[in-house]
Amino acid sequence: MQITVDIEKCCGAGQCVLAAPDVFDQDDTGVVVLLDPTPPTSQRTAILEAATLCPAGAIKVGA
Amino acid sequence: MVSPQTPETPSQLSSVPRIPVPRTCPFAPPAEYGRLRDTAPVTRAQLPGGQEVWAVSTFTDVRSLLVRPDVSSDPRRPGFPEPFPDAPTEEPGATEGPADPEEEAPLPQLFEMDPPQHTRYRRMLIPELTVKRVNELRPGIQQLVDRLIDDMLATGPETDLVPAFALPIPSMVICQLLGVAYDSHEFFQSRTEIVLSKTVTAEQRETAYLELYAFLDEVVSATESDPTDDILGRLVVKYRRTDELSHEMLVNTAVLLLLAGHETSANTIALGVLTFLEHPGQLRILLTEPAAAVSAADEMVRFHSLGDVDISRVATADFTLGGQTIHAGEGILPILSAANRDPQAFERPDEFDIRRPDSRHHVGFGYGPHQCLGQNLARAELEIAYRTLFTRIPSLRLAVPVDELDFKTDSQIFGLRSLPVTW
Ligand code: HEM
Ligand code: SF4
Repeated sequence: MQITVDIEKCCGAGQCVLAAPDVFDQDDTGVVVLLDPTPPTSQRTAILEAATLCPAGAIKVGA
Repeated sequence: MVSPQTPETPSQLSSVPRIPVPRTCPFAPPAEYGRLRDTAPVTRAQLPGGQEVWAVSTFTDVRSLLVRPDVSSDPRRPGFPEPFPDAPTEEPGATEGPADPEEEAPLPQLFEMDPPQHTRYRRMLIPELTVKRVNELRPGIQQLVDRLIDDMLATGPETDLVPAFALPIPSMVICQLLGVAYDSHEFFQSRTEIVLSKTVTAEQRETAYLELYAFLDEVVSATESDPTDDILGRLVVKYRRTDELSHEMLVNTAVLLLLAGHETSANTIALGVLTFLEHPGQLRILLTEPAAAVSAADEMVRFHSLGDVDISRVATADFTLGGQTIHAGEGILPILSAANRDPQAFERPDEFDIRRPDSRHHVGFGYGPHQCLGQNLARAELEIAYRTLFTRIPSLRLAVPVDELDFKTDSQIFGLRSLPVTW
């Protein structure tokens, strides 16, 4: 799986950190940080949840 | 009268629905909103002042609306909805005071800004309320909740849970975060109630707001000369000194955080305690399943959706939503409570179920770039409040029948004015 985040769009709500804490974090400025751009498929459900919940549409999930 | 848009079913929509609709049941949003959602998800509706706006009520339409770059949160734009017009002033001639034409227009609050201004100010606040930051605050919140329960147990076996528990938790937390003295709570809680009331005059609201502003003006001035280790102190060091944030804008932000930080959480805590007392099966789950105690906070926000129609937008371009064409300059009200009970989005939407696997999918905190900045703090407060209260006082029960409770039907944000309990 390939994940990208758009830090310009991110509004720091932290939904991704709650949904998939092994993949996403927020840095000192509160903006999303991708901990693992190619996470294992076991993370799939959590990542799709994060992408759905992200209020800014900042998370894109590729194949 | 504005001429009606070509309605889909002219016979049925011969009269434009009127919103906001007052709540009649404390455990459900007005049934009328559900009917709108199921029959006319994007429709013209009339506000009390006669203004016509779009009401948007399905989950999907609300979410797609709130992420659009061509809708604005700026109330100064023509067409912006005014769902709660001020009550008429008692003496018609008495409009002196704040309405000085020399005076500059009031500074916008964060929730009234659009990008790029919104992005700039929001980013100053984000670091203070991240998931990580809130996790660091949890032990302090737990201690505070325990202390309030100690006091209740020491003075019980009965109390009014609103002043003894629901209001002090978020008020103490936000005071501490901002560096505001908590002993001012009666002042700022009463002024907040006036600012949010649907029955006060424009002057009463304005006066209450100016009093809050003056109070925080002093706090901010003190912080500017001696920055403390709190949100205001850090904003002073990071942004006041570089002048990225003006004194007035910092005061404004402090007012917003103080208001937003205590009122909605307090109402959700009080209504939530009542909801658990009315759903003993869910209360058992709360006490036995740690995961459900966490999702209970979001389920409570979804189930009650207290700030019914308190978020407004105006279109800045023409676009289509739910099959209707919305034109630039037309006001729009997303009805969060209807979206949060949308059967297309939630199974058994009218059931209170703290085990929902998709508990965070609701729009009770809004959606899009303005989504609640304090949501993680609110989650922590609600979760700790419910779990600790019912764990430590398992015999808690209402001291009066539900129909004798004093609900805030006259406020823009629904809640309980008092909640007598015993144990
Ligand atoms: C149960 C509790 C709460 C609920 C239901 C709630 C709900 C909301 C909603 C629906 C919005 C979106 C407004 C819009 O889109 O125009 C919002 C924004 C906001 N909330 Fe909350 N809120 C809660 C608690 C808090 C707390 C505890 C704080 C403060 C620490 C807070 C601070 C804010 C701020 C600053 C905004 C404006 C964000 C922006 O415009 O970018 N809220 N809230
Ligand atoms: S959920 Fe979206 S907006 Fe929120 S922190 Fe993550 S990427 Fe940013």
